[in-house]
Amino acid sequence: MSTEQVIQLDKVNKWYDDFHVLKDIDLIVEKGQKIVICGPSGSGKSTMIRCINRLEAHQNGTIIVHGTELTNDLKNIDIIRKNVGMVFQQFNLFPHLSVIDNISLAPIWVKKMPKGEAEEVAMAYLEKVKIPEQAQKFPGQLSGGQQQRVAIARSLAMNPDIMLFDEPTSALDPEMIKEVLDVMIQLAEEGMTMLVVTHEMGFAKTVADQMIFMDEGRIVEQAKPEDFFNNPKSDRTKLFLSQILNH
Amino acid sequence: MTSLGIQNISRNKYYNWIIKNLFSSWTNSLITIVALIFLYEIGSFFLNWAVFSADFRVNFNGEAIVDRTYCSKNIMPGEYGACWAIIYARWNQFMYGLYPIEEAWRVNFVYALLPLAIIGILFDKIPFRKYFIYFTFIFPFIAYFMLYGGPGLSVVGTNKWGGLLVTLFLGVTGIGLAFPLSIILALGRRSKMPIIKSLCVVFIEFIRGVPLITLLFTANVMLPLFLPDGVNPDNLLRALVAVTLFQSAYMAEAIRGGLQAIPKGQIEAAQSLGLNYWQTTRKIILPQALKIAIPPIVNTCIGLFKDTSLVLIIGLFDLLGIGRAALADMTWTKLYYEVYVFISLVFFLFCFGMSRYSLYLEKKLKTDNS
Amino acid sequence: MQTSLIRKIIFDEKSRSLLVQTLVIGLFAVFIYLIVQQTAYNLEKRGISSGFDFLNMSAGYDISIRLIPFTSEDTHLRAYFVGLLNTLLIAICGCFLATILGFLVGIIRLSTNWLFRNIAYVYVEFTRNVPVLLQIILYYSILLHLPKTKQAIPIFENFFLSNRGLFSPSPIFKDGFSIVAWSFVLAIVFTFFLKKSLKKKQEVSGKQYPIFLINSAIIIFTPIFVYYIMGRPLDFELPVLKGFNFKGGMVIKPEFIGMLLGLSIYTAAFISETVRSGIISVSKGQREASQALGLKSNLVMRLIVIPQALRVIIPPLTSQYLNLTKNSSLGIAIGYADLVHGFGGISLNQTGRAIEIMLMVMLTYLTISLTISVFMNIYNKSVQFKGNA
Repeated sequence: MSTEQVIQLDKVNKWYDDFHVLKDIDLIVEKGQKIVICGPSGSGKSTMIRCINRLEAHQNGTIIVHGTELTNDLKNIDIIRKNVGMVFQQFNLFPHLSVIDNISLAPIWVKKMPKGEAEEVAMAYLEKVKIPEQAQKFPGQLSGGQQQRVAIARSLAMNPDIMLFDEPTSALDPEMIKEVLDVMIQLAEEGMTMLVVTHEMGFAKTVADQMIFMDEGRIVEQAKPEDFFNNPKSDRTKLFLSQILNH
Repeated sequence: MTSLGIQNISRNKYYNWIIKNLFSSWTNSLITIVALIFLYEIGSFFLNWAVFSADFRVNFNGEAIVDRTYCSKNIMPGEYGACWAIIYARWNQFMYGLYPIEEAWRVNFVYALLPLAIIGILFDKIPFRKYFIYFTFIFPFIAYFMLYGGPGLSVVGTNKWGGLLVTLFLGVTGIGLAFPLSIILALGRRSKMPIIKSLCVVFIEFIRGVPLITLLFTANVMLPLFLPDGVNPDNLLRALVAVTLFQSAYMAEAIRGGLQAIPKGQIEAAQSLGLNYWQTTRKIILPQALKIAIPPIVNTCIGLFKDTSLVLIIGLFDLLGIGRAALADMTWTKLYYEVYVFISLVFFLFCFGMSRYSLYLEKKLKTDNS
Repeated sequence: MQTSLIRKIIFDEKSRSLLVQTLVIGLFAVFIYLIVQQTAYNLEKRGISSGFDFLNMSAGYDISIRLIPFTSEDTHLRAYFVGLLNTLLIAICGCFLATILGFLVGIIRLSTNWLFRNIAYVYVEFTRNVPVLLQIILYYSILLHLPKTKQAIPIFENFFLSNRGLFSPSPIFKDGFSIVAWSFVLAIVFTFFLKKSLKKKQEVSGKQYPIFLINSAIIIFTPIFVYYIMGRPLDFELPVLKGFNFKGGMVIKPEFIGMLLGLSIYTAAFISETVRSGIISVSKGQREASQALGLKSNLVMRLIVIPQALRVIIPPLTSQYLNLTKNSSLGIAIGYADLVHGFGGISLNQTGRAIEIMLMVMLTYLTISLTISVFMNIYNKSVQFKGNA
């Protein structure tokens, strides 16, 4: 069985002025893989996935997505962004647009889809995240969990092959976390390639093929979930896991 | 019984309100009394002058007032108040300037269409808003054709325009032209490209750093020097150039405030969906930023509307200029207060209306966001 | 190969940005070049000479309101300085008066007395919604309709208000007055240090001193004391009505008073709004917290509310000062000889050097604006919170 490498990070480094956020990051993601990234705040995990669709520029090393290298080349950036979806901690829905317009916006303007068709696509994804009845509402009228599901639908509407999740449940009230995780699990079962930054270890155990622990800008540990949780190699991982699992 | 009880309670309510707001302490009571006396003095003086002992179209003898010598106060000094006949006599000039009176219907036509042209911009929940907005874009062409003339209508040169017509023309056109310019300036000021950013900063800060009158002078004296022979804009157009540049700088700052208020996540979300800079700006950033910026934009518009009065200094006859011209006329001279109070009232109505609108928007913005 | 190079240039983030900027600056340069060419051509065709040599030519007109001597034989350059000083004079006096009036009205707007605060509200709405130019002209025409000098209205015995302006006593400084002036300055410096040392003492001993009272007394009484020691080296020359005019004293021209009234009444309305919202912005919680700590209400105002309110008030206050300064250019409408009226108006008409003169006038205003901003920014920094709050 041949595996296709969809994301390759090779010796990626990034600085904010003097602050070295990413240090020699190497990472290979295969098609259909689900990778969960955890680590203390400020460890660079968000920055790493934000580099993958160039919301942040890395300073050296190479990032290749689907065989296209991310450089200053705007065409390449466009290609990659079309194939990589992203879900944010703060949802970042467009408050001035209705739910359906939020979802159909990119298909209409980026994919040049006719409006009617784009709205059909949008409705289909709304059904997938189980809130088709909210289509005409505005983001401000929805609960956090609903907003995040709309945000997922919005990303999916561009039909990406890779989804990035940047702490998707951190801004949610506890009772809403499950509805978002359920959607993500469903997505995983359908074979989507996913990179998820999260502290939801239950979710990680169910879904992840690979666990990554980051600290101080480095990937400290990368392992299969059963190894990662049962016998972590690094002391820092052990400490982190003990803090996060026994709070 | 019950109705009596309610009456008692409501009487109590008023009584309590008066005590609480006017007589809560000795000093408060004293202030209230002094304020009442002050109000009575000022109010009775002004009302007496402006209404009760004023002339409107006839004097105390019942004669029609045809020039200032017929004013009651000039016949019996010290006995009578304002002589509003000057406003009636000069009404056409206040409204149209020297626009030929047989053509004044054209100006009236444009005045009548103006509310229709702006209502679509002002309120977002009116029926058929889309068509009102379409009309907004057609309106300038209709207005130009009606006011200036063209096929089928005699040409009325802008040197004949005056009064409220000039005030509104400069205000509305200046704001309309400044708006797109100010968006470009505001976006430019937030650009990552250093040259574009600094050009915009220098332009905005230069315009904001000098008085409007110097810009009007510059446009008036220097615009003809800058341009080739054939092109010679008339005085009104020169003033319009200055007013537009002036307004665009102030508006750009208001819009920049709106742009700064948009969370970075909005841009990131749009980018991650694959929208490019212009799509992100047009579809995501501007609709939100402008909504936030409208109250401060309206405030700059109020400022501009008042500032159009400065054009009298470069020899245009706006509302105030027409007023001064009326006072310079020997038949009506010396009726300063009547003229200035009237013009103040016109400006007040427009500006107060705009500031109420701005307040309404601010309130609406707050409820929309909560 | 070639197409990929072009593609690289157009689609590379950095080179595209460079390309766009080069294009913009190029267009801008062409635009400026065309205007300069055309202007040079137009100037030559109309026989207008250019350059700044006119500054040394005699102006040939008189300026009645002036802080430094000026006759029609003096140069245009001197006319410039006369105008500049008049602009600064009206701007400083205007800002001063507008601040006092604005703070007063702003505080009245927060009065618990309904009638009182609504009178202030009506004042604010009526003055800020009528053009300042119209107000200046209105106040000026009221001043011009005051009684003639012969029937001038006396105020405090020695001041006389008439249609020619306000006649007031003029000070005559005799020998030794400079010592009085210096004692005043020294008193201020001294109180500054005294305040510091008393504060330190308070920190050590906990005893509170009426610092404000002590310092006010020092500042007021030191010069008075010195004044009497020096044998009262200040006299006033009183204006006396002789025939149709006043002799002696000095006169404040109606143009100046009209400008001062117009600018400060108009600007005060805006200042009062910033003061009001500044004080409101200090949250009720802050006030309640300090009252809960047992601070008396005047201390709450002084220690808690005002320092926080100032932080909010100062930036908009700065822009009001800037507006007032720029509006002082409206003196031209009533003949107040400021920079725009004298140098920018009459000198321009006489010499025809429009470009040079407008450039000088604009740069002067820019410099004034910039200076005010810089000073207010420094002051603003000193009152802002430290940290991110």
